[in-house]
Amino acid sequence: MTDEHFLDVKDLRIHFPTDDGLVKSVDGLSFHLERGKTLGIVGESGSGKSVTSLGILGLHKGGHAKISGEIWLDGEELVSASLDHVRSLRGKKMAMIFQDPLSSMHPYYSVGDQIVEAYRVHNKVTKQVARKHAIDMLDRVGIPQPERRFDSYPHEFSGGMRQRAMIAMALVNNPDLLIADEPTTALDVTVQAQILDLMRDLQRDFNAALIIITHDLGVVAELSDDILVMYGGKAIEYGTGADIFERPEHPYTWGLLGSMPRLDREPTERLLPIKGSPPSLINVPSGCAFHPRCAFEPRTHGKGKSEVPELIESEGGHLVRCHLTRDERRAIWETEIKPNLEATL
Amino acid sequence: MVTYIIRRLIAAVLMLVIVSIATFSIFFVIPRAAGVTASDFANRYVGVKGATAETVKATAEKLGFYDPLVVQYGRWVKGIVAGSEFDTGVDVEHCPAPCFGYSFITKQPVWPDLLDRLPVTLSLAVGASVIWLVTGVATGVLSALRRGSIFDRGAMTVALAGVSLPIFFTGIVSLVFFSYKFGITAPGGSYTPITENPAEWAYDLILPWITLAFLLSAAYARLTRAGMLETMSEDYIRTARAKGLREPRVIVKHGLRAALTPIVTIFGLDLGLLLGGAILTETTFSLNGIGKYGVHAIAVGDLPQILGVTTVATFFVVFANLAVDLLYAVVDPRVRLG
Repeated sequence: MTDEHFLDVKDLRIHFPTDDGLVKSVDGLSFHLERGKTLGIVGESGSGKSVTSLGILGLHKGGHAKISGEIWLDGEELVSASLDHVRSLRGKKMAMIFQDPLSSMHPYYSVGDQIVEAYRVHNKVTKQVARKHAIDMLDRVGIPQPERRFDSYPHEFSGGMRQRAMIAMALVNNPDLLIADEPTTALDVTVQAQILDLMRDLQRDFNAALIIITHDLGVVAELSDDILVMYGGKAIEYGTGADIFERPEHPYTWGLLGSMPRLDREPTERLLPIKGSPPSLINVPSGCAFHPRCAFEPRTHGKGKSEVPELIESEGGHLVRCHLTRDERRAIWETEIKPNLEATL
Repeated sequence: MVTYIIRRLIAAVLMLVIVSIATFSIFFVIPRAAGVTASDFANRYVGVKGATAETVKATAEKLGFYDPLVVQYGRWVKGIVAGSEFDTGVDVEHCPAPCFGYSFITKQPVWPDLLDRLPVTLSLAVGASVIWLVTGVATGVLSALRRGSIFDRGAMTVALAGVSLPIFFTGIVSLVFFSYKFGITAPGGSYTPITENPAEWAYDLILPWITLAFLLSAAYARLTRAGMLETMSEDYIRTARAKGLREPRVIVKHGLRAALTPIVTIFGLDLGLLLGGAILTETTFSLNGIGKYGVHAIAVGDLPQILGVTTVATFFVVFANLAVDLLYAVVDPRVRLG
């Protein structure tokens, strides 16, 4: 392969057998990412975005999940690698930031000790050396008086401080891949922006590949080079930030854009929510998984109900999974969707 | 932290005072209400045979049984704290602190009796507690990690049996088989002080230890299993794994550490309770500990002995409670509030 990507996920499938049937959390997902670049994975709860990230780290409840496909990280394949090898990469080469920093940190250990532990798993150093390193990291993520805060417990931190400490913990081994799962969802709006800024700065400093998983298009708009929109365990649209925000082609993406609250909109204007609820991952709707909620389904002449659409390139790497033709989609976007979204501008 | 300790200490002392008033009342006020007179109490000391009414009355006066109850309670507490003197008529008998008075039956001071029996109870309780804590927690952790496996189901069935079967059943059955039929453990009533021969001490006590531990470890196994199932699905366990920690470390340092908090609580209380006398075990295995002493005292109605046992047992429970409270603050940093 000539164009080897730093992270290359190919046809990833993560299925969970349950008493009610097979849950296809991730079903044939492919994407890639380079160092220093950011990928946003967007979708509703249950779209498979979190399971994808856990799968990359090998944390998808290994016991009973069935995982297949390929995950190439810096030339190494992880799906077929031994569990212990994947473990040795976790925290060192790839690290993760979780949604709720209060429940994600151990309540019985001080913040500093937890960072020291993360460092010492992969570095044979004394506690003093690790402590110094941890304090540097706390300082770097903007925690005031890091010497003193080192011995504080998670419950003594504010939400934003906790997330900063989580970031310090994730970055302590200078990982090449950082996955942030809903990193700002549990935070106050004012703090969200600070955390996003911090992540952008740190990514630049560390030159890491960053995956941001979120249901909030606003978050990825700020940070992402590429965006992957997931629905029912599959990618339904994948392209650059400009592709997704300026010329989106999938009805679901239109729906996401319409339901995004924006400050530049008139307060009286209603949001345009997507009707219905996310699909069951056990009884996935026939044909296109989105068809029961899709306003344009009648225009597919029955194909939406019967055939699963392929993820097809629309133009210049912009991939869309939809039965409508490219020209139909563009026409709908230009004439029916965009004017509504911009009506209040 | 200091205020927390002081508050706990005050609460513990207060608890001791309240319980001592309650026990004193049960044994001295309620019999009065039922028609037992001061002379009846005195009569227990001078003996039923041949004592004239005057002798009994004089004894009752000398021992202060005619004084108001508050004064009697005060004297009793003073005896425990500072010791007391008894004028026997011939000379003055000194009962050093802690003085729990003299037995109705043997006329001997109660405290030395208790002191004699304390090592037996202590040996039984501490030995058994080590066994039940280790086996109970280990079984619980393994069961939780292999939830639904044959090991888990087997262990939980055995645990259910352990919780339901009384000591006087398991104790006697195990004595019959292990001591009398196979002869691999010591027969009932065997006890060697640890100071004389530690090996013999352990050999004599191994069967009572295991029998008592079986009952308690069953409860601990179930408690640990439930706690581990809960903590192992916490977000911070996922974080620990995401750091790249090895699984045993994730389980012990992150999972078990958090699941241990309720176990510490129960353990302190159970141990405190047993130090006040493991009545059934001591009786079943004929061990002369505090529990058996207390049962005997109740059977013959020896009030000073009963009061002594109750007070010592209360002390252990209150002390264990205090220890648990303080330990809690060490185990869980969120408890360290002003």
